[in-house]
Order: sequence, then C-alpha cells, then structure tokens
Amino acid sequence: MEIILRAEHISVIFPSPQGGLSALEDFSLAVSAGEFVCVVGPSGCGKSTLLRVLGGLLPPTSGQVYLHGKALNGPCSDIGIVFQKANLMPWRTVVQNIILPLEIQGLDATESRRRAAELIRLVGLEGFEQSYTRELSGGMAQRVAIARALIHDPQILLLDEPFGALDALTRERMNLELLRIWEARRQTVVMVTHNIQEAVFLSDRVIVMTTRPGRVTAEVPVRLPRPRSSDIVYSDAFSALAWTVHEAIPG
Amino acid sequence: MIERSDRLSAYVSASHSFTNSGRWCVYLRSAINFMRRQWEYLLLPLALALFLVLWQSIVWIGGYPPFILPSPGRVYAKLVGVLSDGLLWWHMRITLIEIAGGLVLGLTTATVLGYLLAKSRWLERLVSPYIVASQAVPVVALAPLLVIWFRSGQLSKVLVCALTIFFPMLVNVMVGIRSVEPDLVDLMRSLRATRWQMFILLEVPSSLPMLLGGLKVSVTLSVIGAVVGEFVAADRGLGFLINVARGHFDTPLMFVALFTLVGIALALYLLVVIAEGVLLRWRG
Repeated sequence: MEIILRAEHISVIFPSPQGGLSALEDFSLAVSAGEFVCVVGPSGCGKSTLLRVLGGLLPPTSGQVYLHGKALNGPCSDIGIVFQKANLMPWRTVVQNIILPLEIQGLDATESRRRAAELIRLVGLEGFEQSYTRELSGGMAQRVAIARALIHDPQILLLDEPFGALDALTRERMNLELLRIWEARRQTVVMVTHNIQEAVFLSDRVIVMTTRPGRVTAEVPVRLPRPRSSDIVYSDAFSALAWTVHEAIPG
Repeated sequence: MIERSDRLSAYVSASHSFTNSGRWCVYLRSAINFMRRQWEYLLLPLALALFLVLWQSIVWIGGYPPFILPSPGRVYAKLVGVLSDGLLWWHMRITLIEIAGGLVLGLTTATVLGYLLAKSRWLERLVSPYIVASQAVPVVALAPLLVIWFRSGQLSKVLVCALTIFFPMLVNVMVGIRSVEPDLVDLMRSLRATRWQMFILLEVPSSLPMLLGGLKVSVTLSVIGAVVGEFVAADRGLGFLINVARGHFDTPLMFVALFTLVGIALALYLLVVIAEGVLLRWRG
C-alpha cells in the first residue's frame, strides 16, 4: 500500500508561563491510502493538537508532515476535517452548509447542488435540505458536517471525535453510518477518539497515545473482517483486541 | 388577514345549521375567541387612545392655556395647517437629509474603524483612548465648535449627527467581529478560504445580529443628533422649527414638530426591524 500521509517526529510545544507545555513529543505516523486509523488516548493527550497538525492548521514546533511525499505547510484541499462540534454556520441551510467548500473553491452552483444532493442521500438527510441548523439534532448536525467534509472529495478525512457530544445510542448508530459511508467512498481516514470500542470497531489500526506529552505507546492492528456489522462487538476477537488496546493505555 | 377572515367565515357557516338561540351562542363565542386571539394587535391603538384621553383630561382638569399645554385637537388642527401649506414637509425634508447624511457618514466610519480595531490589538491600544475621550465630551458641547469650523449650513448638522451615532455603532461592530466562532475560523482556514471569503462568508453574516443591534440604536440617536445640531445654529429643519415656535409661543407647532421627530425615529427603527426579519430569518 502506498503511504499517503506521513508525520515524522512531530513535537508541539505551547508557550506557557512555566516555559512551554509539551502537547506532542516525537510523534510519528504513516497512513496508507484507503486505511482507517484511529488514535486513542485519554483526554488531554494532545489528540486534537495532532489532528490540527495533520490538517495543516497548526505548524508543529519541530518535525514535518508529508502528504504524497511532499512537505505539508498549511491547509490543503486534499484533506477534509470534521471537528468535535458540528461547526455549522447557523445562517446557512443544510445544503448551503454542505456546499461551502465548493463555494470557496469557486465551483459553479448547479454542479455544487448536484453533488450536495448525492451526499445528502448518502448521509440520510433527505427532506432537511432547506432546514436551518437550529432545527437539527446533534446527530443530524454531524451528518451535515460529514457531508461537508466529503463534498470536495478529499483523499484524506480527519475526524476529531466527531460523535463525542452525542448520546451513546446515537453514537453507535452514527459509527455504523460512518462505516457505510466509508465503504462507499474508501477515503483514507484518521480519527481521534477516547472510546476504545469505537476505535476497534471502525479502524484497521489503533494507535494508543500517552498523556502530556503525547507520545505513541502502542499500535494495535485490527484484522476484523469487513464489512462489519454491530454484532461484531460481541465476538471474542473483538474483545481480545479491545482488551489489548485497553492494556496499552497508561494510567 | 386572509386567515383571520377565513376562520370567521368558517364559524359563520358552521353556525347556520344550529337552532336560532344556539346560533347566537356560537356567534358570541366566536367573537370572544376572535378577540382573544387578536387582542395583542389591539394593544397598540389602545395605548395610543389611552395617551390621548389622558392628555385631553389633563388639559381639562388643569385648565391650561394653549401656549402651555395645547389640547390634542388644537395640535391636530395645527398639523393639518402646516401640512397643507407645505411648511412641515419643507423642514422635515431638511432634517431627513441631515439624518441620512449623518447615518451614512457615521455608520461607514464606525464600521470601517470598528472592523480594523477588532482585528488589531495594537491599533485598538493606540486609538481607543481618543475614542473614549471623545465620548466623555457631550455632543451638545461639541456642536457649537463644529458650527464655527464648518459654518451653520447642513454639513455641521450632518457631522453632529454622525458623531452621535459613531460610538454605539463602533462598539457593536467590534463586539460582533470579535465574537466570530474561532472554530469556524479554523474551518474556513482548513478550506483555504481567502481573506475576502473569510470576510464575506464568515465575518459579515456572523456579526450581522450585532450590526443590526447597533443600527437600531444608531437610527434613533441620529434624530437626536440632527436636532442638537439645528438647535445650535440653523435657519431650517425641525429643530429650527421648534426654536421658532418657542419664540412665538406657538406651543401647538412645537408639539407638531416633536411628534414629527418621534415619527421619523419610529419609522427608521421599524425599517431596521423589518431588515432584521429578512436578514436574520435563520434565528427563527
């Protein structure tokens, strides 16, 4: 498999009165094309910082991120990001929110609408095209955010605990949905979460991080068959993997 | 309106099948229901009527002469008089032009400067002492100076008006621009939005509620600003008309001019409210 995204010896130190807070230390990661990678760690371990670095939003203090072997120095349209909060613009309708990336790229409106309609079907939001975001539930808002991240067809999708704010039941359903969407599109995904079950269920590989400074402590390959259904979490193989990840998390 | 009359006719047609006494019962009930649903719309005319009654009774009870407190009837007669000979229109037009000029000047400078101050901390540090100091001086005290510098023509009124609305608008613009969600800024950056796209797709719509709030305050203050300017030195405008009327002990004319000013302020305010309804539909 071709390596599409590579982070080499990333360190991020935030300036603080005590002389600098180290959020990430010597973090390296290589992601193959079409791979689904989950990064797991306790809260405050620098997971969101990592995602911001990978997305080109935050320049690392040292180290370098490479996309297709080229140094990444800033945001790139090959990367779509879904944030912790849905991060929708309340003054825009669902469709208008979804086509925002295309509007910024200057694509014409009819083509944008066509692609949006397709994605709205994919994420199951038919009938809500003209709704404003205040009329949406948390799960629906995140579906819009996912559709928005997919619309300019980025090769890489970065997900920052996208379902962290949802209740357990909705979260489970959204994970299934996410897998379905991923099976349909096969983007490369790097997702950050603190939920072990979720990480094992979704990914091909789980990366475990330590807290402050964030460092990789373990890598657990997940070789469960795909497509996966929700029953898989009750299998012995799943439990064994979840246990391995659990044991690797310090503290 | 249509809906209301539809409901009424529905009540009426439904009641036709009833017996005679039952029909009146239905009529009465529907009338009461109707009043109950519409009473909020009746509040405004009711408040106005109450005001007129109170005013008239004070005139009666106190027995004041017209030059102290004219009755509503006298003021109305005066209004009809100055409307028909064109006097009111003429002065009103002058004041309206001053208000419009003041609004354009004050709003643009406040918006541009407010945006720059919101974006640059060091500029804010540099300029804000002057802005706050300028607010410590009452506009009424500055107006004579402006008249000396810019003559007693309409320009000095425009400037007084612009100065009055400048500060509240400036503050609202600054708060509006500063309250843009940092997460949405990240989103726009991740999508490689240009500076202009950031402005037009994020900053403007996101600060629009604050901008319109500032506009509400500004349009009401603009009327005060123009009249303050006219009070200092003028030979035309509604403020001038009030001054002249005072000189002639023509209190009914003063009332007419005052109510006209109130009318202008209300109309401007209403325009902003309508704009809000259209532009902020998403807030529901």
